[in-house]
Amino acid sequence: MFEFINTLLIGITAGSIYSLMAISIVLVWRSTRVINFAAGGLALASSFVGAAVLEKTGSFWIALPLAMVAGAVFSAFIEFFFLRPLLKRSGDKGAEIFLPIIATLGLLGIIKTILSYIYGERIGSLPPPLSDKGFIVSGESIALSPMRILILGIVLLLMISLTLIFQRTNLGLSLRASSFAPEISRLAGIRVDLIRTVGWAISGAAGATAGILQTTNGSGSVAPESFEFSLLLVFGFVAAVIGGIESLVGAVLGGLTLGIILAIILMYVGGSLVFIAAFLILILILLLRPQGIIGAKGGRRA
Amino acid sequence: MLRIENLTVDHGAIRALHGVSFSVEKGQLAAVIGANGAGKTTLLRTLSGLNKASEGQAHWGDHNILHSKPEKLVRHGISHVSEGKSVIPELTVSENLELGSLWRRNSKESSQSKKEVLELFPRLGERLSQRADSLSGGERQMLALGRSIMSKPELLLLDEPSLGLAPLVIEQIFQAIRDLTTAKGLTVILVEQNAMGALKIADIGIVLNLGSIAAIGSAAALKDDPAVRAAYLGF
Ligand SMILES: Nc1ncnc2c1ncn2[C@@H]1O[C@H](COP(=O)(O)OP(=O)(O)OP(=O)(O)O)[C@@H](O)[C@H]1O
Ligand SMILES: [Mg+2]
Repeated sequence: MFEFINTLLIGITAGSIYSLMAISIVLVWRSTRVINFAAGGLALASSFVGAAVLEKTGSFWIALPLAMVAGAVFSAFIEFFFLRPLLKRSGDKGAEIFLPIIATLGLLGIIKTILSYIYGERIGSLPPPLSDKGFIVSGESIALSPMRILILGIVLLLMISLTLIFQRTNLGLSLRASSFAPEISRLAGIRVDLIRTVGWAISGAAGATAGILQTTNGSGSVAPESFEFSLLLVFGFVAAVIGGIESLVGAVLGGLTLGIILAIILMYVGGSLVFIAAFLILILILLLRPQGIIGAKGGRRA
Repeated sequence: MLRIENLTVDHGAIRALHGVSFSVEKGQLAAVIGANGAGKTTLLRTLSGLNKASEGQAHWGDHNILHSKPEKLVRHGISHVSEGKSVIPELTVSENLELGSLWRRNSKESSQSKKEVLELFPRLGERLSQRADSLSGGERQMLALGRSIMSKPELLLLDEPSLGLAPLVIEQIFQAIRDLTTAKGLTVILVEQNAMGALKIADIGIVLNLGSIAAIGSAAALKDDPAVRAAYLGF
């Protein structure tokens, strides 16, 4: 029982980070209908920014927001200078439909190459700002530490902010309307192109947070060829698919579900199976419930 | 005044409009009728900036409206309610309405407009927090019109608002369009398959045939024109 609760705690923490990555992917998908593999690279680049700021200032509390700003700027930049011109020119004839997805894969490679060029063998260091030693409950250490609480708190805070922005503000209404019905939105006077860039920026900030938290929760350092970030991208994508790829709520539930399942497999089956398990879940969802765990048939949700 | 000269529009290899010219005075309601594929939707989409013109001119007042984006034309008072029930099903009724006035960035004016719309269509008021996909066809059309009014238009482009509605609802919608035109001094281009209904409330009528104007004149005269009656009114 004790072990099981620990496993759940580990799963929820890891899953909350996948949720952020999933949100990053869902936001771009909703606004642009592109699966953004570059999100992994953006999270990586932003985490390097975070590490650099941490080195300069010594404060995680400055590093995290600046990394988020960097993620937002990088992501908006990519949308504006690469995806937008590309999508304007590409159509839906034959192989053209693969253009955007190949482009984001290409961008992922380019970002990693640039980071390797800048950093070479050096790594960025992002140690946990709080203790990651588990609390002691009746003599035993549980899988809940100040750092884990911090992670859950940050993720929760971001999700509440995102919900408020999307549901309660004019910007949020524009974001939702533009993603559901770009043409009607334009006829209503919404600058859909601008709103799309804003959507990418929010996506970049979410991805940056995912990157920073993943690093502090994991190895404590980032490298241009980080396997941790490849996993983060894959898990974020799987979580987004579990949640139906359209929905922010779905992305959160998807991330938590995936985190818990993977933690259980890690604990009771074996670490080498985690990656395969994630793909199995992906395939199963696509086959059995392509609309995601909360998606209603045919309907789209906010 | 809306002035259109020699407007020509192509969809790839298909020429949908061949040198169409006409004008509509401010405050007039113009009905555009014609068979399927005549180019009615293309005409409206070109005037609202969704489609590109190949040739010709179109002016709203002294503003050249070709080559402008839809989101910009809204700011010049042009509002287009597109074919089909032009609402966003995932948003609530209230959100669909608010969408129309977001660009004005003035919450006071916006709630004023909302009040007007709800006076015009009280049924929407009872359903403000419902998702738009829970509305009936007629209510959706009211919502689409309402959203358009929220953007304080001067030129209203309506594409088949009667599509798929019951006769009684059509009458209501047409009456609302007529009242709005008169009360607010709007200029309206009303595209319709329901030719008789549209000509009844219109000031002028324009008959499109295969992308060209086949007949144009006062709505009353067109209604009585034997050739128009035979071809478009069915009696
Ligand atoms: N996107 C498009 N691509 C190619 N051809 C098109 C496109 N849109 C319209 N057309 C063609 O242009 C012509 C005019 O179409 P349009 O939709 O303007 O007609 P309409 O008068 O609105 O017809 P309906 O009464 O059926 O709505 C038709 O021949 C149609 O097939
Ligand atoms: Mg049409």
